[in-house]
Amino acid sequence: MMTQMNWTATTVFVFFFLVVAVMGFLSARWQRGDLSKLDEWGLGGRRFGILVTWFLLGGDFYTAYTIIAVPAFVFGAGAIGFFALPYTILVYPFVFVVMPRLWLVSKRHNYITLADFARGRYGSRTLALAIAITGILATMPYIALQLVGMQVTITALGLHGSGLVNYVPLIVAFLVLAAFAYTSGLRAPASIAIVKDMMVYIFVLTAVIWIPLKFGGFGHIFLVAGQTLASRPAPGALILPPSQYLPFATLALGSALAAFLYPHTATGVLSSSSATTIKRNAVLLPIYTLLLGLLASLGYMAIAAGIKVTSTNDTLPALLLKVFPSWLVGFSFAAIAIGALVPAAIMAIAASNLFTRNIYREYIRPQVVPSEEAAVAKLVAILVIFGALAFVILGAQSYAIVLQLLGGIWITQTLPTIVFGLFVRWFHPKALLTGWLAGMVCGTGMAWSQSLKSAIFPIHIGGTTFAAYAAIDALIVNLAVAAVLTVLLESLGIDHGSDETVAADYVESAG
Amino acid sequence: MSESPMSSPAASSSHQAGEKSGIKPGVAASAGNWKWSLLLLLPYIGLLWLPFYAKAEPGLWGFPFFYWYQFLWVFLTMLLIEFVHRRTR
Repeated sequence: MMTQMNWTATTVFVFFFLVVAVMGFLSARWQRGDLSKLDEWGLGGRRFGILVTWFLLGGDFYTAYTIIAVPAFVFGAGAIGFFALPYTILVYPFVFVVMPRLWLVSKRHNYITLADFARGRYGSRTLALAIAITGILATMPYIALQLVGMQVTITALGLHGSGLVNYVPLIVAFLVLAAFAYTSGLRAPASIAIVKDMMVYIFVLTAVIWIPLKFGGFGHIFLVAGQTLASRPAPGALILPPSQYLPFATLALGSALAAFLYPHTATGVLSSSSATTIKRNAVLLPIYTLLLGLLASLGYMAIAAGIKVTSTNDTLPALLLKVFPSWLVGFSFAAIAIGALVPAAIMAIAASNLFTRNIYREYIRPQVVPSEEAAVAKLVAILVIFGALAFVILGAQSYAIVLQLLGGIWITQTLPTIVFGLFVRWFHPKALLTGWLAGMVCGTGMAWSQSLKSAIFPIHIGGTTFAAYAAIDALIVNLAVAAVLTVLLESLGIDHGSDETVAADYVESAG
Repeated sequence: MSESPMSSPAASSSHQAGEKSGIKPGVAASAGNWKWSLLLLLPYIGLLWLPFYAKAEPGLWGFPFFYWYQFLWVFLTMLLIEFVHRRTR
């Protein structure tokens, strides 16, 4: 897009960005706590109620990259891009059943990360290390992708020079991010999320009312989109063809199972004030899914509006530039860019919680005192943010996308330890560790065999090809290995480790 | 926070109020009511079995069936979770 610098849009953009930055710094004072403790800095003191948790998890789970990537996927590939909708529906029954148990046991034993839980439940520091490393590996590229989301909107404003000048706005934005993550911890993204989410609701609802009015209604948009998709060199379809049933279903299911095993979403869950807060949010968070579905339909509106882009990631910005007046473009882009700050901050905080708790304290300085623990976490959060920034500036964006694809496969492999562990202590910790390794190797190998371009892996069984999301295939291998080894190790009488939790830790106690 | 009538004796004998303490004795309440949670499998069946909805007709307000069916499940899932929440708490 070779547009001139758009001054009106840029002014509105900068205004909203500044307002939010100031809020981020002020939020250290909000529900004031002792920020030299890790659970105060890194979990906001486990105090967020129903509404704050709703905004926080909404801003955390439906990220800026999601806002850019979902319409882009639909624009580029048609119906299969809508897997995001079943994905973000099916995640909530899972959250409702599983996550209150995680919250309760974590509150009782002061667990801050999922790896803390694995450590306590299975008495295995190696298993905890595996969970921590998987979490950090899966999160880092995700942070880089938030920067990509932000960069896309900044470029679309017409701000571009040569070389490093290109990245000045991004660097400024991330200095701000690092500063408020350091000073305010999880309270910063929580307060920013409230403003940012309202901005996103306003721009998406405006777009889905305005654009159909301009382009002859939804019926016409779907008609044109269907014809255009079919006439492309690599045709897409408006109605999912049978060959894509299995990829669609396994992508939706696999993503839904993995979504709350990520460190940033787990952190969002643990920062809430009670198990009931989480249950109420499982009912209320699907409102964001409606928003996401509408966002996905913007991909079709971009086709109907005749948008031409060199990279599909430019779909949404290009559409908004074409149909919205400048001030509304500035407002919408600010919503997306601020939308990148919220998950990026939570991800950096969550990754640094993992490092501090499960690597630093466990392996480097076991005698660490709480204030030092929090100080280390704050420094690591800054390192994580600058690591992600360097990633994007050094032009490694395409690696970020590949790594995020792998990250989804990897994080799914922690499911047997965490999710099964929240209900039963049946698996042997050594079996879980071996299963995890098998799943990691198998899933990575499958993605590798697709040249890391796709997470859909075809399996040939008796002349029929089953193409499914590699995370699910790898999870099946993982579970099979863990189950068989558990039976084997138990029959050999090999010590299955301690368990510091009891059944009552997972349910709400009587009044 | 309305109380729903429940069959389990442990649940009906409980009169606590208030957000923090108004929960039935955990084990007894969930033992009688956990079966309601099976309703939460419905969205998985409805959305993962594509032959149910990978078609264009009948359309609604310009949306092909494939699309409005998915939107419909957002509302159905919210209602189901709320229902199960009331029955199991």
